[in-house]
Amino acid sequence: MAILLNHVNYIYDEDTAMANAALIDVSLKIPDGQFIGIIGHTGSGKSTLIQHMNGLIAPSSGQIFFNNEDICDRDYNKKNLRARVGLVFQYPEHQLFETDCFKDVCFGPKNLGLSQKDAELRAYTALKQVGLEDEYFYQSPFDLSGGQKRRVAIAGVLAMNPEVLILDEPTAGLDPKGREEILGLISELHRKTGITIILVSHSMEDVADYVERIIVMNRGRVTFDGEPKEVFSHYKELEEMGLAAPQVTYCMQELREAGFDVDTSVTTLLEAKNEILKAFMKC
Amino acid sequence: MLKDITLGQYYRTESPLHRLDPRVKIVATFAFIISLFLVKNFIGYLIAGLFLLICIRLSNVPVRFIFRGMKAIFFLLILTMVFNLFLTPGIVVFSFWKLQITKEGIKLALMMGIRLVFLITGSSLMTLTTTPNNLTDGLEKLLGPLKKIRVPVHEISMMMSIALRFIPILMEETDKIMKAQMARCADFESGSVINRAKNLIPLLVPLFISAFRRANDLAMAMEARCYRGGDGRTKMKPLIYQKRDFIAYLCILLYVVMVVVIGRLPV
Ligand SMILES: Nc1ncnc2c1ncn2[C@@H]1O[C@H](COP(=O)(O)OP(=O)(O)OP(=O)(O)O)[C@@H](O)[C@H]1O
Ligand SMILES: [Mg+2]
Repeated sequence: MAILLNHVNYIYDEDTAMANAALIDVSLKIPDGQFIGIIGHTGSGKSTLIQHMNGLIAPSSGQIFFNNEDICDRDYNKKNLRARVGLVFQYPEHQLFETDCFKDVCFGPKNLGLSQKDAELRAYTALKQVGLEDEYFYQSPFDLSGGQKRRVAIAGVLAMNPEVLILDEPTAGLDPKGREEILGLISELHRKTGITIILVSHSMEDVADYVERIIVMNRGRVTFDGEPKEVFSHYKELEEMGLAAPQVTYCMQELREAGFDVDTSVTTLLEAKNEILKAFMKC
Repeated sequence: MLKDITLGQYYRTESPLHRLDPRVKIVATFAFIISLFLVKNFIGYLIAGLFLLICIRLSNVPVRFIFRGMKAIFFLLILTMVFNLFLTPGIVVFSFWKLQITKEGIKLALMMGIRLVFLITGSSLMTLTTTPNNLTDGLEKLLGPLKKIRVPVHEISMMMSIALRFIPILMEETDKIMKAQMARCADFESGSVINRAKNLIPLLVPLFISAFRRANDLAMAMEARCYRGGDGRTKMKPLIYQKRDFIAYLCILLYVVMVVVIGRLPV
């Protein structure tokens, strides 16, 4: 059992007039090795939730355990936790500060007390993992394109060798090709290294193709938690929350209503294709 | 840690004080501050305190919130009081080692303390009840006559309103970048002074870059909307005095007269 949240509540600006409950009674189990998507409308508390997982925010009430240890404990080693639960923020390229990409990626490992040589080795591996071409390694991060900057920033967290990697909207502000590249890279990483990955997103489409479990947040609460098929079967409720199921779900629903015998629970384009072909053959 | 800075912050709520014309509040604040320096006895301070208390009640801002800003100047307050207490010559009431406390010292320290607290409370009450935009609008209107002698009043007030607007934005940004670097195990809280200063680089570089980016965006947005300075610019919500504003002016006048007359009586 990697991460466990037990009835966590969080209130921003507690005891002022602006008090704002961002998380309400959230309980979650996140086992090792899962690929999880967190979805929710703007302001539903996704970013707040994930910042709890590596101890950047302490819950107003409730407990959080990492490998059976309470992370809110006063003498719990937070630094160690942050290395093991890597968190990539929204627009992570805004955190770059070094004169070249390579040095920037070294920042995390060096903070862990690694020697220069080990830190550089980690940085090199991480930059390779995110697929940045060698010629950019020694360029200023500020001269790169948006997508490249984001890769460098993700590498900066990867270089700490986390056991859990959390990414907050890693595709925000990228074009379709950039999005696909980043998402492909993340799922590749999951496949190769087997680390737990938590992907925060606005878009069902982004998530549907990759993850094995979806957590839906709405106004600070976890509303649905399950396999994509199961979650998308609630597409009517999702719409009420300002979310939408993937296009294929709608397509299959309409086919079913039109009298075709298709399975409406498919979530990816490929599955939908096979399903439609099957129905077509039967006709 | 950044949450405690309430100086210059606006508190959104409904109240008679919030509705007043910003010019009235600026004038009132100045009158109040000047009155504090004219007062010579404790009865005067009592009146000033009462006036302040009424204003706080009228503002609907929780007292706790007002005094949270005081934490930031607590050190300054204590320092001022201690210096006044020990360094004022006069009739000695108490002495130990090389230090002497005089009657005049006690009186002066108390006065200085009260004066400082009132001063900060009074001026933060103004910023708490007035949006930065309104504040600079009021200032521009009040300083309007200075345009005749070629003081760039509009530009100054525009710069001020932008600067005020950027404070919360930069604060939020600082918080965000700090968290992002802490997620990479950066340490902002321990180590020697030199090390701590060095550790700020990962925070300051992105912060400056983002400040420049924002400034650039803002300049572009202003130009895209044809901003070219104050000449011939009209306002969507021009400041017009209402009845309540005149009443407020009258109250202030009354207060000033009272304080000056009573507060300057010899004790
Ligand atoms: N630093 C903060 N101070 C006060 N309130 C905050 C702060 N950060 C977030 N909130 C509030 O907490 C709630 C949840 O915000 P959060 O950032 O977790 O949402 P989100 O799901 O990540 O949204 P988005 O998809 O827009 O990133 C919102 O109502 C927001 O206004
Ligand atoms: Mg967010």
